[in-house]
Amino acid sequence: MMFKPVLLWSDALFFLLLAAALGGVAWAARVEHLRVAWRRVGQSRTGMAAATLLLAFVAVGLLDSLHYRERLPGEKEAYAVEVRSALDALLSGLRTRTEKTYSAPLATHSFAKETLDAEGGGRDFPRLKYGGAHLGDDLAGQGADLLVRTVQGLGIGMVAWLALWLASAPLRRAAPGLAWNAALVTLLALCLVAGPVAALAQGYHVLGTDKVGQDVLYLTLKSIRTGLLIGTLTTLIMLPAAVFLGLLAGYAGGWLDDVIQYVYTTLNSIPGVLLIAAAVLMMQVMIDTHPDWFATSAERADARLLALCAILGITSWTGLCRLLRGETLKLRELEYVQAARALGVSDLRILSRHILPNVMHIVMIAIVMDFSGLVLAEAVLSYVGIGVDPNTISFGTMINTARMELAREPMVWWSLAAAFVFMFALVLAANLFADVVRDAFDPRAAR
Amino acid sequence: MNLLEVRALSVAIGAARPVDGVAFDLAPGETFALLGESGCGKSLTALALMRLLPAAARIAGGSVRFAGEELCVLPEARMRDVRGGRIGMIFQEPGTSLNPVMTIGAQIGEALRVHGGSAGRERVVELLAAVGIPDAARRAGEYPFQLSGGMKQRAMIAMALAGEPELLIADEPTTALDVTIQAQVLDLLRDLQRQRGMALLLITHDLGIVARMADRIGVMYAGQLVEVAPRAAFFAAPMHPYSRRLFAALPDAAARGQRLVTIPGSVPPLGTQFPGCRFVARCGDAMPVCRREPPPWRTPADGHAVRCHLEAAPAAALSAPGAAPEEKLGAGTAAQLEVRGLQVYFPIRRGVLRRTVGHVRAVDGVDLRLAAGRTLALVGESGCGKTTVGKAILGLLPPTGGGVAFAGAPQRGLAPARMQMVFQDPFNSLNPRLRVGAIVAEGNPAADVAALLEQVGLSADMAGRYPHEFSGGQRQRIAIARALAVRPPLLICDEPTSALDVSVQAQILNLLTDLQARLGLAYLFITHNIAVVDYLAHEVAVMYLGRIVERGTVAEVLRDPRHPYTQALLAAVPRLDGRRERVQVAGDPPSPADPPPGCHFHPRCPRAQARCRTAYPESVAFSATHAVSCFFAA
Ligand code: SF4
Ligand code: SF4
Repeated sequence: MMFKPVLLWSDALFFLLLAAALGGVAWAARVEHLRVAWRRVGQSRTGMAAATLLLAFVAVGLLDSLHYRERLPGEKEAYAVEVRSALDALLSGLRTRTEKTYSAPLATHSFAKETLDAEGGGRDFPRLKYGGAHLGDDLAGQGADLLVRTVQGLGIGMVAWLALWLASAPLRRAAPGLAWNAALVTLLALCLVAGPVAALAQGYHVLGTDKVGQDVLYLTLKSIRTGLLIGTLTTLIMLPAAVFLGLLAGYAGGWLDDVIQYVYTTLNSIPGVLLIAAAVLMMQVMIDTHPDWFATSAERADARLLALCAILGITSWTGLCRLLRGETLKLRELEYVQAARALGVSDLRILSRHILPNVMHIVMIAIVMDFSGLVLAEAVLSYVGIGVDPNTISFGTMINTARMELAREPMVWWSLAAAFVFMFALVLAANLFADVVRDAFDPRAAR
Repeated sequence: MNLLEVRALSVAIGAARPVDGVAFDLAPGETFALLGESGCGKSLTALALMRLLPAAARIAGGSVRFAGEELCVLPEARMRDVRGGRIGMIFQEPGTSLNPVMTIGAQIGEALRVHGGSAGRERVVELLAAVGIPDAARRAGEYPFQLSGGMKQRAMIAMALAGEPELLIADEPTTALDVTIQAQVLDLLRDLQRQRGMALLLITHDLGIVARMADRIGVMYAGQLVEVAPRAAFFAAPMHPYSRRLFAALPDAAARGQRLVTIPGSVPPLGTQFPGCRFVARCGDAMPVCRREPPPWRTPADGHAVRCHLEAAPAAALSAPGAAPEEKLGAGTAAQLEVRGLQVYFPIRRGVLRRTVGHVRAVDGVDLRLAAGRTLALVGESGCGKTTVGKAILGLLPPTGGGVAFAGAPQRGLAPARMQMVFQDPFNSLNPRLRVGAIVAEGNPAADVAALLEQVGLSADMAGRYPHEFSGGQRQRIAIARALAVRPPLLICDEPTSALDVSVQAQILNLLTDLQARLGLAYLFITHNIAVVDYLAHEVAVMYLGRIVERGTVAEVLRDPRHPYTQALLAAVPRLDGRRERVQVAGDPPSPADPPPGCHFHPRCPRAQARCRTAYPESVAFSATHAVSCFFAA
């Protein structure tokens, strides 16, 4: 074996989530009102475009969740302590071609002057080790080289798109009437951006390098998984509690309702950041005092990531719970629930057959609406230092380091810009998708 | 000269024409009623006149001339002066038409200002007094939530009057109100119209209201006028097959023991293409030509026009196919259901600690007795507690006091196999996420769904469909099938037809009488519709503010009412012959949280005396079955 697969907890949960999503799709295809609603999502051009973009993000996140440890050369069966992912393997070029320090996007020379110890001496911008290394000393040819690579990249992107177009034909035939054109156009745009970037990345640092010379493009791609995990796992963690307690409070009423309301009102009145800060610090202390729990640093960072999800989940279930309680309160008085009670149907069955399916649209909408908020929350929390482990690459940590970079003279802007653009694309796609889902699942929407 | 001339008015929603070529005239001071069932386009017509159509709809053609001025081409700025000024409008829901955060007086003042009148306080109070709001000066400072439904509708009328309109459009103005309040509001409208010489365009589905109010009538069906006639001619001899069936579908005492005439099927969906007559699919008199050619307007008598191929209306009165169901199988006299002193109080909680500070006495000592295979109607206005009685008997609500006995044995809590309920709103009584088959088998998974569906007049293959594919009447049938699945000997029907159109109501009433004859069911029929009671019930109990005030057989209570409230209730029901009776009650029903001392009815009772204010009258028996709670029942 050349490597040993590693399943981090967050990977397991992420896969579980994907499996659940696939199962959900299969289930929705059989239940009419869900099928109709999702069809409406599919018929929306915005919805399909946003979904395509989100799927691209998910694909990157998925690649980045297939973790393994490489086997060390030698007779003995030993594995590297570093845990890598399939994405790392794909991007090994980007990962290993680290410079000494900052360099601007597509630069051939370092961003900072250094004392050169070569014969000339003095201070100058040193030549980068990798950025544009293939040019040799022919720096005048850089413009032409960039152009050639861009054109090649566009060609590759086009070919890739055509391949995808052909590959998706059966899918399109299976579900006619959906806004496939929007999806294809989005895909084309993606391919036409990704192609040149990939082509250029072979010889340059497309988005520059950071303080320790890491490629920023690599960092942003790695950040995607963190963002996705925070956005989805948090919801997964809080969902059962929110749904269960919300339905219970609304349906049972009485003292149960009072207790549940009391709990969420109390939780809600504690400032979320304080609660999160306290919990994260406690978690940090615990992790630090028990280094023996974790075999690798990746596992430690992963534990902290999960802890953050859990804490965010604990502070964010109240909104959905409150919504569900209100809706259940309303549904409980509806005549079909009364009729079911008169027929002697058990409470559990009423909840599962009559109430849950009729609040599902709220749950659905809450999941997609919360996602972007959580991605942003991670960035903010990491920025103030109570988010993910500092070693975990995330949008938040990138922005955190950008704080110092912006204060430099001249300014180092590309880390922040890269993080911003990627996060913006992710959140925008999620928000647009959420809007479409909300419209499609809104019971008042026209049939 | 006509005040309003509507010619070939059409409204389009996409490709569909919910209003198609409507034409009528309205003279000053005249009342024209647009009559039709839901979805016939009558409300859209009114909105089109005012150019207030919803965003999806637009006027597709035709002309609306108001006092010689063409409204369809008027610039929006000028239209604003007409709207609310020379043409006033009142809507069905007074609750949603008033701004909840402004006082009544401020809203009327605003309407006055917009139309250039003096917005002085005296003028506001004067208007409120004109619409019969007592203590107008104080009421002007109140917010809509402090007013009852009837008062809100009066305030709406006052607002519409602020612009001194020449034409008042009233869209189902009393549908949301109780009959006694409805009578008051209708009288008010009539008086105002007389005083001010206003023309009134009345939009309604209720033939009784038409008989009481209208000078001329236009019947609408599927977006078109099908018959226009003066009131007398219309009520004496309606000509269009649809109008004739509407009359025949009305339940009343004369139809007792017979099946009602129904109009099969339901209103064609929006966007249907009609090569011929729009009514052809439901018309019993249809001829081959009806399918091919749209019928022309014919005027068999002066001012009486009808859109039908039929040369002359058939002389024979309509009667329903099929014999009247046999009177009762196993109808006994032994009480099957016995309710004794039933009380249901709801606590009123206040403050942080939610302490109970009082009770709403929704049901306050009700006795009922119902024999197997019989129908007992529980009659009352909204808020009198009749639905609460039904739910408490069923066990959905815990009684505060008293008890229910079924077939001699006391019963606590739910008893699914003994009694079931059919609810009012067919759109909320079926879970939209379940297929019909699952809904029907809800209480009894072993039930034969196909047989049950056929029993209620649906086809067995409908089991695989979802509720939203069905019309209101079909949904009500599904709800009945669901209740019958557990074979209960007693059905509690809570206003099962009040959300349905007349023609569909007749279908459901026929179904209920059939089922009673075939299965020997007993019905506790909760309703406010006296005509339905007259048609269907054997015994009647009249409820007012949580208590039964009069009980007896249908003949005793409806023909010979003794309690002043029953008398007022019956007098308030609009009658088809347009005759109006004098006995009317003023004011609104009081709140059950704070019932008046003594006889609950005394603040509104025309016969009240000092004694009535201190003591609640005992029930007085007039016959073995007829009992009345009144000191002065005669
Ligand atoms: S035209 Fe024919 S189908 Fe239409 S109402 Fe007259 S008789 Fe009936
Ligand atoms: S007891 Fe008095 S107040 Fe009550 S209904 Fe009879 S007459 Fe009227």
